[in-house]
Amino acid sequence: MIGLLASIVDGLLVGSVYGLAAMGISLIWGVMDVINLTHGAMIVAGMFGLYLLVNDAGFPVYAALPPVLIAGLLVGIALYWIAVHRMIGRPPLMSLLSTFSVNLVLIGLGTAQWGTVLFNVQVSLPGLSLGRYTFPGTHIMAAVLTAVIAGVLYLFLFHTRPGKAVRAVSGNREAAELVGIPTTRVLALAFGLGVALAGVSGMLIGTLFPFTVLSGDAYQLKSFVVTVLGGLGNPTGALIGGLALGLFEGLSTPFMPVSWTLVFEFVLFVVVLIAFPGGLLNLRWPRRAG
Amino acid sequence: MKRLCIIAAGALLIAAPAFAADDTITIGMTVSQTGSLNVDSVAQLKGSELWRDEVNDAGGIKVGDKHYKIRFVEYDDQSQGSRVQQLYTRLIVQDHAEYLFSPYSSGLTATAAVISEQYGKVMVIAGGAEGKIFQLGNKYLFQAITSADHYLSGAIQALKEKTSHADIAFVYSDDPFSKAVVEAARKQAAEAGFKEVLVETYPASTTDFSPIINKIISSKADTFMGGGHYPDGATLARQLYDQKAGLKWVSILVAPDSPKFASLGPAATGITVPSQWEPGVTYKPDFGPTPAAFAKDFEAKEKVGVDYHAASGYIVGLLLQHAMEQAGSIEPDKVAEELNKLEVTTFFGRYKIATDAQNHGLQIAHQMVLAQWQMKDGKLDLQMVWPDAAKTANPLYPIN
Repeated sequence: MIGLLASIVDGLLVGSVYGLAAMGISLIWGVMDVINLTHGAMIVAGMFGLYLLVNDAGFPVYAALPPVLIAGLLVGIALYWIAVHRMIGRPPLMSLLSTFSVNLVLIGLGTAQWGTVLFNVQVSLPGLSLGRYTFPGTHIMAAVLTAVIAGVLYLFLFHTRPGKAVRAVSGNREAAELVGIPTTRVLALAFGLGVALAGVSGMLIGTLFPFTVLSGDAYQLKSFVVTVLGGLGNPTGALIGGLALGLFEGLSTPFMPVSWTLVFEFVLFVVVLIAFPGGLLNLRWPRRAG
Repeated sequence: MKRLCIIAAGALLIAAPAFAADDTITIGMTVSQTGSLNVDSVAQLKGSELWRDEVNDAGGIKVGDKHYKIRFVEYDDQSQGSRVQQLYTRLIVQDHAEYLFSPYSSGLTATAAVISEQYGKVMVIAGGAEGKIFQLGNKYLFQAITSADHYLSGAIQALKEKTSHADIAFVYSDDPFSKAVVEAARKQAAEAGFKEVLVETYPASTTDFSPIINKIISSKADTFMGGGHYPDGATLARQLYDQKAGLKWVSILVAPDSPKFASLGPAATGITVPSQWEPGVTYKPDFGPTPAAFAKDFEAKEKVGVDYHAASGYIVGLLLQHAMEQAGSIEPDKVAEELNKLEVTTFFGRYKIATDAQNHGLQIAHQMVLAQWQMKDGKLDLQMVWPDAAKTANPLYPIN
């Protein structure tokens, strides 16, 4: 029984970070109907940001979060102008291909620079014990910071002018333009926020596990599953979807071979896509008119 | 017109050596320059390149009265089997490779072996440990490394010397190599009187091992054996430490052999790894460099620490060279005959292959060593702890 409880709690802790990663994809999709395939590369960038700041520049581990967040925002805005801006309003395949191409370039550059050598950031935090089971301090801290970031994002989107502008553009771009919102700049900001969330989730994942330049793919895939669970275009749903996925992993692994967990995750993914295309939670912002 | 003929004749004379008998041997291979197998594959290539450069600097391989220089043709297989299939065909048909070296990993080597056998090309294998590759009927495969069946034999023997009782959790990646290693290890562990309390596989792409580690804790295992290749092995080691799994003995495949494994810090301490070769081995070679000389030359050239992947890349070249020299010929059938007969010791260890039709090419003489990360003078170091003849330190047990 304690083993099951430990598994569930662990699942929720790590699932929250998956949810944070997925929020980035969900936000970008919700605002501009673009599926950002540089997401995995940005997660890896966050991991390497952590490594360079901590191991090379001597930053305390969690003090790396603000610089990674700001750098992610700026890189995201730059990426928007490079790869996305001209694809807005065009068939989705074009933005998909555009961001995919950028992803290949970034991973190629990363591999050329660092190979696929493993990197590790040593983080020493006391954990919590429950019988023979231990919840690592890094997992707990990652979940706490995820909650803080999600809270800050909520405050930004619902209680600041730029945040409300993002929501307005997400709802109806033409109407937003009519009331004087500079929609192009808002789209760039939203893309920057999405990339910043990816970067920060990568930074937090880097405190949990060792990583390589290729580590982003697995988390990008999980992000898509989580986004579908929570509903495309809904960052809150993405966070809850991450927790749901973590809960599923925690509940299922004590009872079945671990190798089957992935199979059932994707069965769930397909079922949700077909039966609940709006996501399990179906919490939605007002969708764009037309 | 007459002047034109004289010029043409002169050009032919100058160009004549280029059209004379070819005194270069072309060896083809694929390397995982990109993809998940990059680290170990490139290390293997660097070992082969060191051998090639040393041979060419010395004037080439002496076969009879002639000297043959070595030329490599290599392509990036992107760590994918489908690319291996295309590229080995290209190496043989378009690039006219006379001999082949294997790619890195059992999966890719199995694919390459199908092509090499189809075209009757000798392939010396540095990076494919799975025994099944040699059980499909072949004439031209020659394995230089210990097969997967014996990877964990040393770990089980070393553990048996420390305790008569162990509850083992076997947790491993669902790739052909890891499956072959653990299936054999489970039998060997049972014969040693150990109990298996958990057997789990995981997809190679697994990023979070917390659920599996909770299962290990629930099973009350005191020993862990398994892993896969590079990234998953390192993540397993780190998470076993973070979650305080309470294990007395941990043996993880492949990953801990990399010098970079030390970056895990305290999570690396006590982890054992079966290794095809370590710089401190004391084999006395019948020919070629000593272990220390090879390690020194490699590190001087590459400016990085040497590992067994580099050593295996070098040894395939050295064995091929020796077979050619002994055969007095570069004809593939004569070289193959020599490789079949060879029973030698090199800096890498013993070489002898099975020659029966059912297992042709399987390595039957080379032995693994077992290494363990230990703290020495405040610094993490990889020590050899088994067998006794090779060890530089006693194994740490229990590690928790």
